[in-house]
Formats: sequence, C-alpha cells, structure tokens
Amino acid sequence: MTFVIEMKDITVTFPSVVANDKINFSLQKGEIHGLLGENGAGKSVLMKTLYGMHRPDSGQIFVNGNEEKIDNPSTAINLGIGMVHQHFMLVPHLTVSENIVLGKEPTTNRIFLDTKKILRDLSVFCDKYNLDVDLGSTIYTLPVGMQQRVEILKALYRGADILILDEPTSVLTPQEAEELFKALEALKSQGKTIVFISHKLKEVLKICDNITVLRKGKVIGTLKASETNQNELAKMMVGRKVRLSYNKEEKIANKIILRIENLEAINNLGISGLKGVNLNVKTSEILGIAGVQGNGQTELVEVITGLRKATEGRVILNSEDITGKSPKDRLKMGISHIPEDRQQRGLISDFSVMENLILGSQDLPPFSKDKIRINFTKVAHFAKKLICDFSIKTPNKDTQVRYLSGGTQQKVVVAREFSRKPKLIIADQPTRGLDVGATEYVHNKLIEMREQGSAIILLSADLDEIWKLSDRIAVIFEGKIVAIKDPKKTDKREIGLLMAGVNPEKE
Amino acid sequence: MTEIFDLITVGLFASAIRMATPIAFAALGGIFSERAGIINIGLEGMMLTCAFGAVATTHFLGNPWLGVFAALLIGGLLGLLHGLITIKFVGNQIVSGTGINILALGLTAYMSQIIWGSRGASDAVQGIDPISIPILKDIPIIGDIIGVHSPLVYILIIAVVISYIILFKTPFGLRIRAVGEHPAAADTAGVNVFKTKYYCLIISGMLAGLGGAFLSLGHLNLFAWGMTGGRGFIALAAMIFGGWMPLGAFGASLLFGFSDALQMRLQTLGILPPQIILTIPYILTIVVLAGVIGRVTPPSDYKPYKRE
Amino acid sequence: MLILKKNDLNLTGVLQKGLETFKVELKKIVPQLIAIFIALLVGSMVLLATGFSPIEAYGALLLGAFGDIYGIGQTLTQATPIIFTSLAFLFAFKAGLFNIGAEGQFLVGALAAAIVGIFFNGLPNIVHISLALLAGAFFGGLYAFIPAILKTKLGAHEVITTMMLTYVAIYLTGYLVTDIFKAPGWVSQTPLISPTAELPRILPPTQLSASIFLGIILVFLTYYTLQKTVLGYEIRAIGLNPLAAENGGINVKKGLILALVISGALAGIGGAGEILGVHKRFIDGFSPGYGWDGLAVALIGGLNPFGAFLAALLIGILRSGGMTMNRVTGVPIDIVTILQALVILFVAAPVFIKYLIRRGKKI
Repeated sequence: MTFVIEMKDITVTFPSVVANDKINFSLQKGEIHGLLGENGAGKSVLMKTLYGMHRPDSGQIFVNGNEEKIDNPSTAINLGIGMVHQHFMLVPHLTVSENIVLGKEPTTNRIFLDTKKILRDLSVFCDKYNLDVDLGSTIYTLPVGMQQRVEILKALYRGADILILDEPTSVLTPQEAEELFKALEALKSQGKTIVFISHKLKEVLKICDNITVLRKGKVIGTLKASETNQNELAKMMVGRKVRLSYNKEEKIANKIILRIENLEAINNLGISGLKGVNLNVKTSEILGIAGVQGNGQTELVEVITGLRKATEGRVILNSEDITGKSPKDRLKMGISHIPEDRQQRGLISDFSVMENLILGSQDLPPFSKDKIRINFTKVAHFAKKLICDFSIKTPNKDTQVRYLSGGTQQKVVVAREFSRKPKLIIADQPTRGLDVGATEYVHNKLIEMREQGSAIILLSADLDEIWKLSDRIAVIFEGKIVAIKDPKKTDKREIGLLMAGVNPEKE
Repeated sequence: MTEIFDLITVGLFASAIRMATPIAFAALGGIFSERAGIINIGLEGMMLTCAFGAVATTHFLGNPWLGVFAALLIGGLLGLLHGLITIKFVGNQIVSGTGINILALGLTAYMSQIIWGSRGASDAVQGIDPISIPILKDIPIIGDIIGVHSPLVYILIIAVVISYIILFKTPFGLRIRAVGEHPAAADTAGVNVFKTKYYCLIISGMLAGLGGAFLSLGHLNLFAWGMTGGRGFIALAAMIFGGWMPLGAFGASLLFGFSDALQMRLQTLGILPPQIILTIPYILTIVVLAGVIGRVTPPSDYKPYKRE
Repeated sequence: MLILKKNDLNLTGVLQKGLETFKVELKKIVPQLIAIFIALLVGSMVLLATGFSPIEAYGALLLGAFGDIYGIGQTLTQATPIIFTSLAFLFAFKAGLFNIGAEGQFLVGALAAAIVGIFFNGLPNIVHISLALLAGAFFGGLYAFIPAILKTKLGAHEVITTMMLTYVAIYLTGYLVTDIFKAPGWVSQTPLISPTAELPRILPPTQLSASIFLGIILVFLTYYTLQKTVLGYEIRAIGLNPLAAENGGINVKKGLILALVISGALAGIGGAGEILGVHKRFIDGFSPGYGWDGLAVALIGGLNPFGAFLAALLIGILRSGGMTMNRVTGVPIDIVTILQALVILFVAAPVFIKYLIRRGKKI
C-alpha cells in the first residue's frame, strides 16, 4: 500500500489555540478520503498546512515517500497538491482563463501572454476532465457551481494529483452537489487522489472511501466508509450524543405579524433581486427560508430591515406599513436582525463588549434620556446583566470584541438583539462557523424566543438546521417565493429541487 | 468677448500638452500603485522631491539627463519607502502618503537653502531642449501642436502605451491586477503578493519622478518651493476619471492640462482677478471627481494583505 | 464623568476629574513618544550631513522656546491655532474621514471672524467676540459641508476634495483681502477689527491671547463629546465599522456630514481665535500652514484630544525655538517640517515601533 501523502505528528498552534495536536494522517493513491469534524476541529488547518499556507510547529510531511518542507503554496503546487478553498480564491473581474493560468502563465518570448496557447490548452483540459466552462466569461458573472469548477480546473492545470476540497458543498444545491460527486468519481478514475473536508456526515459517507474524524485538533479515528454509520461518526465528531431534533411546542391561534406583499427590489449589480415576493410570518413561528445563495435572500433581509429600498410592494408590520421606514424606526418597532456576517455587520470589533451590547439603543432610554448624553453607569449595569444571562465568555465588559471566539461573538449579537424582546427576528445564517455547542445554544435561544411570542425568519444554507427549527419552510428562487411547505409533509429532495427552480410535481 | 476666442490658438493646445505631462506621469504612477492595491497620496511629495533632485543633480553634474536619472532613482526610493511603511509595517496608506508630502516640502526647502542660500527658488540650471519630430511637425496644425516638444513629452506617450501593454498583455500585469483585486487568490495561485506590490510602488515613484523632472527641467529650468502646486492630487483625480486605465488617465490629464494652459492665458486678458483664475484647475478637479465617482469602480479595496 | 448638574457647578470636582482623565489618556501615547525620539535622531543625522551640529541646533531651539518670557509666549502662541486644527483632523478621523483641508477651513473661519470683527460696532465685548467666534465656526463648518456632501451623495474622496478646496480658499481669501475687504495701503490685508472684538492678551508683552483657553476648553469638550455622548458613540461606530453602524440603525451619511462639518467648525474657530487674539486683522498669507501642522499634531498625539494638546505644544516649541535656532546657528527653519514629517512616517508605522521595542527588549 503506497501512501501518496503521509503527515506525521503534525502540530499547529495559533495564539489562543492548538489547532492540530500531533496529527497523523495518510492518503492512499486514488482514494477519496473524507476529513470529518465540526467547525473548529482543525480540518481546514491541517490541509492548509499540507498546502503550505501554515507552517507546522512540529511534525513531518512525506510526499510519495520523500520528506518535504512545504513553506508556501507554490511548493505544494509543484509537488502536485492542489486545493479548492471554501471561500473561492478567484479574482472577480478577471476571466476564467486568466484565473486558471494566474501564476503559471504561458508566454511568447517570455514577455507577452500567449492568449492563443492558453485557450488551446484549457479547452483540451476541459474536455479531458469533462468539466465544461466558458473560458472567456468574467468570474463574477458565473453562478457558484460554475465558479467551483473553475477552481477545480485551476488545481488540475497546475498538475494536481492530489485535490483538497474544503467544504465544497456548502454553497451548492443538492443537485449541484450530485454533479460535483460525479465529477469527483471521474477524477478518481483518472488516478487522482481527493481529500473531502466536510462537517456533513451524510455526504461524507456517500462519496468517500475512507473517513478520518477530527475533534478539537486531534485525530479520533480513521474508518472505512463502508464499515461505519452516521451515529458512530456523529459520536466521534462530538464526543457525546448529538441532538438531531428539538422539542417544539405546537403553537396554535397565533396571528400574522409580518406581511410582505409583492416586494420587488434591485440588487447591487443593478439586476432585479426580488421579483415579487409574497410572504406572511406569524407570532410564535419560525419560518425557514431555504435557497441557494444569490437568489434574493440578501435583498429580502435588507428590505425587511430597512437597509434597502423596495422598488415595488409593501412591508407591513402589525398592520402598519413600514415600507418607507428607516432601519432605526424598524428597530424601535421591534425588528431585530442577526446578520449573516457577524464581523462585518453584526459587531464593531474595536468596541468593547459593553459598547456593542448597546448598539442600536445608544440614544434610547434608559441609556440616554435626552438623546445627547449617554449614561454609562446604566450601560455598564445592562452589560453585566446580559453577560450573566447569556453566559458570554469574556474577561470583562470592557474587553474588545475582536478578542472573543466566534461563538462568543455571536452570543454578543444574540444577547443584544434578543434582549430587546423583539416582535420579529431575522436570523441570517445564525450558526455559520460555530461549533456544535454554540450552535445548540443559538438554536435553543431561537426556540425560547419563539415560545415567548416572537416571529422568526430563519435563513440558512444548512437544510438540516432549517428542518430542525422551522414550523414552515419557504423556498426562494430567483427572487420569488416558489413554495411554502410543512416540514413534516416534505423532504430534502423536494426542497432541493425547488431550490434549483424545478417543479417537483412535474418530475 | 472676442478676446477669449483669440486665446484659442495652436499655442494653447501645445501648451495644454506641456501642462498635462507632469500630471499624466503622476497619474500613470498612481495607476500602478492602485492597481496593486495601495493608495498613493504621496505622488505630490514624490514629484516635488524629484523635481528638486533633478535640478540639484543638474546643478552639480552639469547634465540635465543625469538629473532625470536622479529623479528616477529618488522616485523609486520614495516609492519603496511608501511600500515599506504600508506593506511591511502595515501602516495607514493615507498617513504614509501625507508624511511623504510633508517631508518633501520640508526637505526640498531645507536643501534649497543649503545649496543655493534661498528656500524659495534655486538658481537656473541647464535644461532639456525641446526636440522636433521630423515628419510629424510638418503636418498642418496637428504638427504645430504635437510636433515640437520636450523629449519627456514623447517619453510620456511611450510610457502610456507601455503601461497599457504591461497591465493587459503580460503576466506581470495580470498578476498586478490579481494582487490588487484579490490578493488571497493571487497568493494561493503562487504569486508573490508582497514583491508585486513593492515593484508597483517603485514604478509608481519613478513615474511620479519623471513628472517632477519635467516640471523643473522641462521648461522653467529651476526649482521653486512647492512648485507641484497640488498636481499630485489632480493626478489622482485624473487617474479616477480615466478609470484607472493608462489611456483614460492620459486623456483626463489633457483635460486638466488644458485648464491649466487656459488659466495662464486668461490671466493676460485681465477679465477676472488673477486669484479667481488660479482656482479654476482646482474647482475643475472637484467637478470632475463629483461627476465621475460612482460610475467607475476602483480596482481594489486597498486593505493591507495578511496571510492568515 | 463630566455631568454639569443644573443647580450646582462642582468646579473642583470637575477639575479633578479632568486631570484624572488627562493622566489616563496620556499613558496611551508611548509609541508616539518613541516616534518623536527616533525622528529627532534622524533629524540630527540630516543636520550633521549638512554641516550643522545637532547639539548646537537643538540647544538653540530649546533656548529659543523656553529661554525667556518671549520664548514661552511665542511657544504657546504658535501652539494655540494648532490645537484647533489638530482637533479638527482628529474629530473627522474618528468618523473615518481624512480632512486634510483644515487649512482651508481655518482661513475661511478667520476671514469670517475678521469681517464680523470689523463691521459691527458698539457691541459689548462678550457679544462681539462670541459673534465673531461663531462666525468663524459657522463658516469653517460650512466650508467643510461642501466636501461632506460630495462624499456622501457622490462618493468623492474627501482627501482630494478638501485638498483642492484648500487651494481655492487660499486664493479666494487672498482675492477678497486684495480687493473687496482691503484696507488702504499696499499690504493685502483687511482693516483692523474693532477693539470690542479683540480677545485679550494674557501674557504681555508676548502675543499670547485668551484663544489658548478656548483651545483647552475645546480639548475637553472634544473628549467628552466623543466618549460620553450619543453623537460621539455614533461617530466612532461609523469610523470603525460603517456597515455594523448602519445595521444598528445609525444614519451613516448624516453622521459623516456632521463629523466633517464639526471638524471644519473647529478649524474655523481656530482661525477666528488667531485673528481676534493675535493679528487683529486678516492678512493674506498669515497662516504658515497651521492646518498642516494640525494633521501632524493629531497623529503625533495618538489621535487623542489630550495627546493632541501636548503635541501642539511640542510643535509650538519647534516653531518658536526654530526661529531662534535659525537666527543663531543658521539652520534653515524647514528642519522643523522635516522633523514633523519624520514623526508622521514613524507614527504611521506602528508595527515598526513595536518591532523596535521588541528588538530593544532583546538587547
């Protein structure tokens, strides 16, 4: 059995955490190997180390039996290791071919780009690996599944025999994921070795030959996919029994609190983002919105929170038309928002925990009686109370939020938004990047707010999360709500098809 | 009223090209810097220092072309300095550029005093004589406008073309554009992000240096305190107006050069007070900037690049 | 916390609190002190290279700045307008804006105050001075409103617009005092302001005026506004993360405009103070670049009102001492500008300072 990659005793530490703790990991030629673990387990770090993006504090790496020092991606690429990152490394305003050849450009006379050769070589490539893509189009115009293909082609172009894919299906519909799996099988049959990093149990079981489970930076075990199952893997990932569902009380006789009528809006590219959305949300309800990124979710959230003007249609909260109201007014009327990107939109990293906790309420009583001065004594009290109530792990209220962990940061956002006892909560990817503990915490809090009467709109790319929490599931596709289903009466396949714009009845 | 039309002569347009040249050089410098993802507010200071350096070198060595060479050297070094501060030491780009501007003002005045005993102006030095391009100059009207100029003007035109070719037809240019727009992507593709940025800043400084050399050696043949007069900033506006493209920036610079040339001639007519006329180029810059922003997107978000 | 209760003004309490805050904030400026030291070092190298003795030069500088009452007076007088312009740059910076046009706003405010000072007569002192100062603040703020609108409505970068407007201000005020508001004679200046508009001199026979007290008050006011008020909170939020601020219901555009206008008003009031206290008339070219100094000082002061105050004093020392140094040793006065620039460059590279500290610790 030849190991094409062997990583021995790899340790990688960052200022506050040991990301990889004496990890031993090996790859056989021609296998699809799953690297499974929850968020923060160290899977990405391990592979980034193999790819030369991190330097291990100790340990050795062997490629085809030879020990190698991989200091940067160039070295890794030369050794035949390629990586497709979770966040694509594609330059938006360059073309597909420019992105693929970047760093290894064929030239005439070593000065000019040889555009003819580029087109020729790349066409051959696409045919060989059965990956169809328009070489001349600019990246930002391509759909996500297509962009991923470009990333794979990029790695192959540089002679990758070992392909590392980091959470590749996080941005794909179930159907696109199927196509990816087919492509991976094809690559495997051409002798390529693939590492499939994921936290999604079912997928890993489906596509991988062997699976290595990581937890808190350590290898828990390596198994053949055919010899294990979901429960065993889940236990290995987490070390304890995982909740696969929540108990929610049935709520009857609740009223409609938010009504969205015929909403239309234009997005940043000047294209129509929302094309006539109709939606109702009731008190004590979690409405999950499923959809592939880029189908109007962002614009929908922005219009409801007041960050974007609608071009048509109305938003009505509690029988009051709020379509023209500012974000501040909506906040005061009881709309809370957990933004998709907590570091970009949710928190001010250089502000303290205390200062972040009053964001939005800084000019309102009890913190400010005259809208001019802030009573920081009252603010401090409030902050201490929330830190206690929400178990926010921080040295103290004055610590800058940038020093907190991702899960703790999200708790600050949640504490701030939920403490206002909002009537409507927009939770946009609320558990993205959080470990299982933090995820459970957020889920429990959402259910708690639901019990207390809040209406919640949940947007998530994780269909499991949507299923666990939602009372109803809406599917958004190309700026319209194409279906609203009862989770008990539908399944992932049907939702997946709706997400891709296919009408399941016709199937 | 007819007097204004008297102003529109061949000489006006030829003068416009001359006035545009330093701005265009600096704008090209700005393009290389910004396309690689670094704002270069220090173009003004780089131009000024190199204008001084060119005159000082000519003063001591007698040959104006050595002065031009010195300008290239000094400009490159200043570009490198800006790079060190903003890349290696992750300093704020605007603060660094402003520091370079203030340093230029102080250093040039100081050295001017030391060398010539006057912080206001240097002695006159040997300048670069204009040349005439044989066939070009004989074309009616057009020939009078572009046929006879300082060699640096023709160097500028060549620089514009070469800049375009480098940016869009060579691997180096492709890497510059990738590094500016998405440095992480360039990094993982194996491009040396930091080296690329440094090279671009050095080029940026050198181009600004040529602009400065032309300003001092191109027709005044001396150095005067603060002689750049905001051209480094106008060059930034020209760069933005030109969509961060060499040809566009050149065209925009011509516009500003034209207003400069016009302003000088209007002074002779005496219809408006001289100070008011002097404000024309600056107000024009604001108007241009106001009209153009939002329709053009910058090539980068200018955030310093950190490897995770 | 400075709470001015309605019925009882606890003056000593306020002063105590003020001094405490001063001390706390000062501890944050160690990197700046190191930057100043290195700049002086590099400055001495420049002096040596051009044939001067750094010890003689710096010695003459210090003597000039502190040697006698004239020196001290000149130091404080030179520092005063810079206090205002540095607060102006600082305030805008907290909102994420680079107001490098403080010089232009300073001039506009100065001219406005001069005009109010000239044209109203027979008013009580307090009223006339207040009117003139308000005029300075108002027109300084108004002049900053232009780039503010251009930025928020059209996205035009304030670095370029404020820079351009400074040139416009220089030429425009120059024109106005050469033509419309000119006093008889051949100097480009306005007539003297009426005596009721004059700010008292506080250290005869030097030029030092009460304007410095105004500056100190504004230092505390700026600190208070930024740290203890809703406006300050919102401006800081906008400066650190405009997207999160927007999400939190803050009106970012309004905040940016307010920040820039207040910034301009601070510079304008500084100009007004300079006219009413020192020059008593607007003279074309009276400002040797107080606006630019303000920028350097704000950075040297660690972008902190109290640090800015100290840094302004430092520049005041350099400028007033510089004149003596020039007279006594022949060193061109521009060495001061060079030193300023060096400090800015070193301050701009905080990592460099940390790097030096680490290297220093290893030795």
